Amino acid sequence: MSLLTVEHLSVKFGGIQAVDDVSFRVEPGEVLSIIGPNGAGKTTVFNLISRIYDPTGGRIAFDGQDITAVAPHAVAGLGIARTFQNIELFDNATVLQNLLLGRHVHRRVNLWQELLFTPAVRRQEVAHREQAERVIDLLELQHHRDTLVHNLPYGARKVVEVARALCTEPKLLLMDEPSSGLNVEETEDMAFWIEDIKKQLGVTVIMVEHDMKLVSEVSDRVLVLNNGRVLAEGGVREMQSDPRVIEAYFGK
Amino acid sequence: MRFLFKTRYEHDIRLFKHGGAVFWYGLLLAALLLAPWLLDSYYVGQLTQVMIFALAGLGLMVLTGYTGLVSLGHAAFFGIGAYTEAVLLERGLPFPLPLLAAAGVAAGAGVLIGRPTLRLAGLYLAIATFAFALIVEEVLARWESVTRGNNGLPVPASRLAGLDLSQGRPFYYLTAAVLVLVVLGLLNLLRSPTGRALIAIRDSEIAAQSMGVRLSRYKTTAFALSAGITGCAGALFAHKLGFLSPESFTVLQSLELLVLVVVGGLGSLHGAIYGALFVVALPQGIAIARDHLPDAITSQPGLEPLLFGLILILFILFEPYGIYGRWLKVKFYFQLFPVYKRATFKRQKTYTRSERLR
Repeated sequence: MSLLTVEHLSVKFGGIQAVDDVSFRVEPGEVLSIIGPNGAGKTTVFNLISRIYDPTGGRIAFDGQDITAVAPHAVAGLGIARTFQNIELFDNATVLQNLLLGRHVHRRVNLWQELLFTPAVRRQEVAHREQAERVIDLLELQHHRDTLVHNLPYGARKVVEVARALCTEPKLLLMDEPSSGLNVEETEDMAFWIEDIKKQLGVTVIMVEHDMKLVSEVSDRVLVLNNGRVLAEGGVREMQSDPRVIEAYFGK
Repeated sequence: MRFLFKTRYEHDIRLFKHGGAVFWYGLLLAALLLAPWLLDSYYVGQLTQVMIFALAGLGLMVLTGYTGLVSLGHAAFFGIGAYTEAVLLERGLPFPLPLLAAAGVAAGAGVLIGRPTLRLAGLYLAIATFAFALIVEEVLARWESVTRGNNGLPVPASRLAGLDLSQGRPFYYLTAAVLVLVVLGLLNLLRSPTGRALIAIRDSEIAAQSMGVRLSRYKTTAFALSAGITGCAGALFAHKLGFLSPESFTVLQSLELLVLVVVGGLGSLHGAIYGALFVVALPQGIAIARDHLPDAITSQPGLEPLLFGLILILFILFEPYGIYGRWLKVKFYFQLFPVYKRATFKRQKTYTRSERLR
């Protein structure tokens, strides 16, 4: 059974049809890259899946459940985590606090217990911390642990954002341009980490990406969007030589 | 420079990070306990005043400093707390009940203004809360059967087993106890999921939401907590005033609370305490300065609001992290001496954020 099924998804902003009848499936454990020229609707598809936008048509099913009408905050609890194109971290908090917020969906205490900091809260905090440390180990963030995010270099922030998403223990990770703003070396690291996330944690990944080297290194399949529609879908090699894809990028 | 060697995760959770902190806060607590026996009753009264304002400031700090929601209407919650205390004491309710009810009623009012303004932020929210404060002020003036309107309402003494808790040393200790409890509660909250969720909302709503934080619920919680704490401070303030009238809870009072948190240092509990010291000390300072300044200056009306405004502007321009931020820098300077560099506290260039998603 597919992990994510998107059927005839459409959204209109005023008179602009940003996403038009898009359908695709994502199988558990695979890495799907969504590529396409600027304005093709890639990020909009992400925002539809993470329920920031309401679709005007079509449906989204995740893990056998229809999530087309689920509230935006409830998506994380179902097992979908995401990163943002322009990095949306909590700038005035430490890396560790950012990661612990990723544990938010797993909290099991109420406000009154927190005000008194009961033993249950303490146990839970330690458990959250252990999980966050596992992610820190995986992504090698040890020496940034107590740094305030606004003091971090850009490349490290990108990694922290991935780490925060992983702290929610997602089944599906949506990465919006993981390599944007990274140098060549950092992009290579990112490729390794995406491999690790897929192989070690068994997380399914959908990423929007422009860097074709990164796309060809990590993706199992590629979905090409153009003008809000699905242009082509298939393996990386196939897509790179597809005349329709070349036309969308370079024109006739 | 102190290096902490942590061997367990609990070390990161504890309230006092090292022995030095235990020592200094212990000393502070001892000083608080002994103060009424060592100081003149005038200074005990002033210290009580500082603690009341610190409490009100802590309330606003939760909302503005930690959740990032600016309120220009906290005098309303302050006033609601004060009137609840006075009215319920008049009806003969015994000691802790009016105080708790004041916090509860103010928290309810907080939810009342918090729910409809969930989608507002920044200036728009400030205007909405400002309007709310004006409405409350008007209600206090017009609802004469309960508040006696502009004629004013005397505040009956609050008693526990014959002890008058509304003045002198007992009042001081009551205020100190409430303050310490609230500070501990907030410290606990800030190291728990709810506190982190509030900070997350302040720094990026969109990311907080995609991490599973239900914005409406946490913003409402922040409003309720904030209003409740400020209402509690209002109840204590009622005894300080002794006689309530709507003019005590005007927009100027709201502004004073906002000045308190900004000057003290947004986003830190220390800030609320420092801010309260500042807000209470400044009028005293002006009074003392009056004796030494030429008549042409001292006879000007509105000297106090002018200075408040001027200091607020100067702080926002030159020390956005407030008194507490300045203190951290001074402390850092000596810890790192002689290698301290200015850039340590300089913010890096911020990168474009996805404004579209707001």
